[in-house]
Amino acid sequence: MAIPKVCGIETEYGILVRGGESNPVAASSVLINAYVNDRSRRVDWDFEDESPGVDARGFSYEDALAPEVESHLVNAVLTNGARYYVDHAHPEISTPECSDALQALAYDRSAEEIVRLSMALAAPLLPDGAELLLHKNNSDGKGNSYGCHENYLVARETPFGRLVSEITPHFVTRQIFCGAGKVGCEAPGYSSHEVPYQISQRADFFEEEVGLETTLKRPIVNTRDEPHCDPQKYRRLHVIVGDANMSEGATLLKLGTTSIVLSMIEDSFIGSDLALAHPVPAIRQVSHDPTLRRTLLMQSGARMSALDIQWKLFERASRYAAERGLESVGEDVGRRVLNLWEEVLRGLSDDRSSVADIVDWVAKERLLDAYSQRHGIAAGDARLRAIDLQYHDMRPGRGLAAKVGLRTFVSPEEVARGVDHAPDTTRAYFRGECLRRWPDDIVAANWDSMVFDVGRDPLRRIPMMEPLRGTKAHVGALLDASTSISDLVERLGA
Amino acid sequence: MAERVHKQKSTSDRAAEVTEESGATTAQGDKLRAELDDLLDEIDDVLEANAEDFVKSYIQKGGE
Repeated sequence: MAIPKVCGIETEYGILVRGGESNPVAASSVLINAYVNDRSRRVDWDFEDESPGVDARGFSYEDALAPEVESHLVNAVLTNGARYYVDHAHPEISTPECSDALQALAYDRSAEEIVRLSMALAAPLLPDGAELLLHKNNSDGKGNSYGCHENYLVARETPFGRLVSEITPHFVTRQIFCGAGKVGCEAPGYSSHEVPYQISQRADFFEEEVGLETTLKRPIVNTRDEPHCDPQKYRRLHVIVGDANMSEGATLLKLGTTSIVLSMIEDSFIGSDLALAHPVPAIRQVSHDPTLRRTLLMQSGARMSALDIQWKLFERASRYAAERGLESVGEDVGRRVLNLWEEVLRGLSDDRSSVADIVDWVAKERLLDAYSQRHGIAAGDARLRAIDLQYHDMRPGRGLAAKVGLRTFVSPEEVARGVDHAPDTTRAYFRGECLRRWPDDIVAANWDSMVFDVGRDPLRRIPMMEPLRGTKAHVGALLDASTSISDLVERLGA
Repeated sequence: MAERVHKQKSTSDRAAEVTEESGATTAQGDKLRAELDDLLDEIDDVLEANAEDFVKSYIQKGGE
């Protein structure tokens, strides 16, 4: 039985100071501190259980290959259950754990709102004439990439090797509806002359099929085995292959289709016949072909286009929904995702301009083409690259994505509520509500525990190893009844 | 024979539909183009004044 697909998104934003010294680490700190200091007493992240060097294939690396954790940099936990921090040279927000794709979309939009609020709060702290620019994108067009990662709860009992081989066809081809579009090419051995426009921001940077790295030799399937929950029962599949989306529909599809495919893998429903012969070249080949016509060599020797593979996955998902139901991804959200999946594949098959309100790379391409026509400019013109960047611009009034008529799936009220309030339906509720109610008594927090100062030694660590415990239904009444942190700890029986 | 008549009829029906559809497509296409034109007028105000400098200065460190 597929387990609930608890999920979340971590987004690193591009950051630039214009008219001042552009130190991205300092700028990210100013940005995040401005927000955290304004919002409440700052509660720091707790690194106790972080082990990003542990590999899902069953071995553990020493420090050499483990992603660097810069614990001296600002790293805070927010009342909505999110983590807001400086990662390398970028500000990053990890959404709280969400119980389905639609909720995760709402929290990704709330994260954008937090970035905009941070920009406004940081502006007066900058030197005269300086301006902070943030972009929700994944590449500077010069070979430097930064990520938008997804996380999904999967059953530990599902063999990891099978998970890798069965999810890879989806990771290679889902970009046809969740690629964010990019002017030019950064893959070694290709020129922007050969590839003036491509589907994905990220595809150029993938060099391996499977591995632990995230910053070089990036793999299509990342093996970081850091579940942040009960490791006997669960894995957290850490997905680094996606683009950051501006379109709500694209984010919903990215999370929703992946959740369904993972559930199908857990239920042994997907089979191995969609395996690609050469996934790494294939991911670039798909990205470099906006006509969607080229075919990929399958392990079976057959050839299929990315669209063919997605149609097959969609058909299987529909059959899975009919035969097994979609409880693991939420019945309603799952049906909605299936409908949108079909709509977008049909649009991409027949007339892709019909899905320009869902698919970022199509919306961006349409804008670039129209602009080129009007001004009579050719590929390679800097203005096209500027439009590409400004599609992802976070400044209110300057971001082009907000002007191209993208369809919305969450209300402004939901987005606003998610800035300060955690989801009711996961353990993020416990984390967020404790922070909102008793910020002065919380020493530190992380994904799977919180450390409380109950007013007398020692400090108390409350573990939260089950992502779907600590919800409003579980602890809402308990929190309401508690008069203080020590009272809460007593009531928890800890 | 009756079948053939039916087929012919449906073919001509289809032809009529196609004509109608392409008319609708043209109207829809005009509308989309008009919207895009409005957007392009606005983009010129919103777009970075010196695209070349902006694009050159946009340098990020790799992340993750």
